[in-house]
Amino acid sequence: MSAALQQEFAHALLDPDAALPAGLVSHTSRAPHRRFAVYRNNVVAGLVNALRARFPATERIVGEDFFVAMARLFVQAHPPRSKILCEYGDDLPGFIAAFAPAAELAYLPDVARLEAARTRACHAADVQPLDPPAIVALSPEEPSALRFELHPAMQIVRSRHPIVTIWAMNAGERMLGPIDESVAEDALVARPQFDVLVYALPPGGADFLCALASGVPLGAAAQSALARHPHFDLTANLALVLRAGLITATQPPSLDGYQS
Amino acid sequence: MLQQSHLPHAVGIGFKPQHFSDIMAGEQPITFVEIHAENYMGAGGAPHAQLRALCERFALSVHGVGLSIGAMAPLDRAHLSRVKSVCERYRPASFSEHLAWSSHADTYLNDLLPLPYTRETLTRIVEHIDLVQETLQREMLLENPATYLQFAASTYAETDFLAEIARRTGCGLLLDVNNVFVQAKNHGTDPRVYLDAFPLAHVKEIHLSGYDAQCDESGAPLLIDSHGAPVADPVWALYEHVIAVTGPLPTLIEWDNDVPVWPVLAEEARAAGAVLARAAARRAA
Repeated sequence: MSAALQQEFAHALLDPDAALPAGLVSHTSRAPHRRFAVYRNNVVAGLVNALRARFPATERIVGEDFFVAMARLFVQAHPPRSKILCEYGDDLPGFIAAFAPAAELAYLPDVARLEAARTRACHAADVQPLDPPAIVALSPEEPSALRFELHPAMQIVRSRHPIVTIWAMNAGERMLGPIDESVAEDALVARPQFDVLVYALPPGGADFLCALASGVPLGAAAQSALARHPHFDLTANLALVLRAGLITATQPPSLDGYQS
Repeated sequence: MLQQSHLPHAVGIGFKPQHFSDIMAGEQPITFVEIHAENYMGAGGAPHAQLRALCERFALSVHGVGLSIGAMAPLDRAHLSRVKSVCERYRPASFSEHLAWSSHADTYLNDLLPLPYTRETLTRIVEHIDLVQETLQREMLLENPATYLQFAASTYAETDFLAEIARRTGCGLLLDVNNVFVQAKNHGTDPRVYLDAFPLAHVKEIHLSGYDAQCDESGAPLLIDSHGAPVADPVWALYEHVIAVTGPLPTLIEWDNDVPVWPVLAEEARAAGAVLARAAARRAA
């Protein structure tokens, strides 16, 4: 009996049109709608607030009223599966991409992806990056055969829009100014210590880092990035890798066909 | 033998990350901090670094909101093992959860939802608490809820229900005095009568917080457990009444929404400390 009641109660919390569950009473009423509404509001407002906390730049771009209205629809359609609320909203960028009222903001889903990536980076495992001097001191005979372990907080968000610039201006990290919407920016999210850092990757950087992250040696990763991006600049990319503290360990050359 | 809850019989606060620097900057009127287990289930980062630093100065209470002890469905074993990991990582002085349910099927509802007090729900809750205590190898504390409505099916008073759970499982109780006041006003009853019936001997921690006052459709008071305001005067009075009976108990100030600057929270902690000091002085006299 109680299991059925909880089923009905849970359903009615997320469906504003659902009838009041049976068997609820108060000392003032046999149909305590206003009292049930407290629970309904707690559930929806609490989850909306969790999304506001995770996607502040997205909210700033569309405004609080728009964001809250959109988030309420998202909460009703995609309530959390996890009890860890900082993980809630991984599906919000996809929801925004299909949300017609936001269609004219083509960059918005990718800005939300960037914000979701920042949270994942914030809670990733702690690993101390190798010092740049320690990496330079490796000076192996075959630097192109070096393979790296990259920091578990590293996240890459590819975009056809200037999402790093848009995010930074709406997160208070950069002064508001004109934005060239034709510029594509892939974002690198890193957390070498405790602060989450966001960088715009140089051309080919996303392919280069994804290759390194999957164990491809330095030389082959650079070659594949160069093949797809004629302006790929290995020096600029390596400088960013060091600045963002992405390398946590080096591995010996592998024998699986990646020797260059 | 289960690890017993052993918070200091003094004042703590619900930790908010924005207060970290202020708390660490000087002497504080607190001896313990309480965190929500679910906020520390990530692998690393600033939350864990802050908590490690806090644990060097203060005792720790881990308070769960996601176990859904009052659900009729089986406990989420994966979540229980995450709670166990947090407890093993930080070895808190106490672990507590709620007489409520917060998830259904595979949906997490993120609220402390009410349940009817019946033999059926009692049996299920006792099973859940037995499993939690056996898994964590700890005594857990169970908190009385703030409720906004009641169930026609209930056959136990809430105080009798809690007493029976404590008797059958050996768990301790967390007495939220604000919740006592809120539920009494919401159900048109007397909070002192509730406290007189409460199994105070099992209480190992107290929570104090603020509420938000609204009305239902008949104009009757409908108090919301908002954790977003100072502790109200009638709640302080009930707290004094409890402490006069029990003697000093670990007492937590919770303020989770519209969080004030640290000095405001520290002042609430000092006020609770003054109540404990008066009770200790009376006992010594």
